[in-house]
Amino acid sequence: MNSSVIVFPGSNCDRDIAVALEKMQFKNKMVWHKDTTLPKSDLIVIPGGFSYGDYLRSGAIAGKSLIVSEIIKAANSGCLILGICNGFQILTETGLLKGTLLRNKNLKFINKDVNIKVMNNETKFTSKYNLNQILKINIAHNEGNYFTKKSHLEELKKEGLIAFKYCDEKGAVNDRSNPNGALENIAGIFNAKKNILGMMPHPERMVDEMISNTDGVNLFSSLINK
Amino acid sequence: MKYSITVTLKKDVLDPQGKVVENTLKNMGLNSLKSVRQGKYFEIEVEEKNEEVADKEVTQMCEKLLANLIIEDYKINKL
Repeated sequence: MNSSVIVFPGSNCDRDIAVALEKMQFKNKMVWHKDTTLPKSDLIVIPGGFSYGDYLRSGAIAGKSLIVSEIIKAANSGCLILGICNGFQILTETGLLKGTLLRNKNLKFINKDVNIKVMNNETKFTSKYNLNQILKINIAHNEGNYFTKKSHLEELKKEGLIAFKYCDEKGAVNDRSNPNGALENIAGIFNAKKNILGMMPHPERMVDEMISNTDGVNLFSSLINK
Repeated sequence: MKYSITVTLKKDVLDPQGKVVENTLKNMGLNSLKSVRQGKYFEIEVEEKNEEVADKEVTQMCEKLLANLIIEDYKINKL
């Protein structure tokens, strides 16, 4: 499978995700945000970081960059798109995913390993996980407080478009296990066609036992065996 | 033509920064304070001489980039 990682000024997880993708046997290419064509890709990843220094709003400036119109075209033709952290923020700013990410409720940058629960495993991104499986994945963000309007929240719930929720070690989803104030503990969502996933946690940081754990591996192996 | 634009979070969206400023002002003894909402301020100058066209363009700037309409409202003032 061919993957492309989009690089913006201020991206800082682009190389981590490239290492993870190559480890999982993707043929990966890095794509600069000023490029106007995308290489042939089965998967496009928008990585974490602080694109344009988070000026205006996280992801707002990157969401208007040249390559974005190509990403939107690819998304509409069914290409798989994964936005992690700042990538999730960028996807909401482009309109590919609905809702937005507000400042963390406690106003602090949070960098820690948290538990998340797999809410839907019948998608191309999550098929190798079990339903309700609890993963330990790192988060590192200042704006991860997911917010959307009521009607969209209803749609997310009804259509199984919530990918992950923050929970505790035993899987309890409540205020105590909500690190950033996100609506209903939402950590990641799909679009209606489920070919786009945006998530705040960093699965690319969880692919090597030596530095963390391997809870992120199955996201990539789901994609490669889709 | 010159404009000033303020962008603020919608009323039903929690504004934690505004809350912290509010609490701090209260702690400073400024007790008449009722509430604080924090926002962003822009000054924009456009070349367009036709007022109607310029107004329209500035509105577009607000809706397409300066404000995220899911969570923010904007107000345009002519300077």
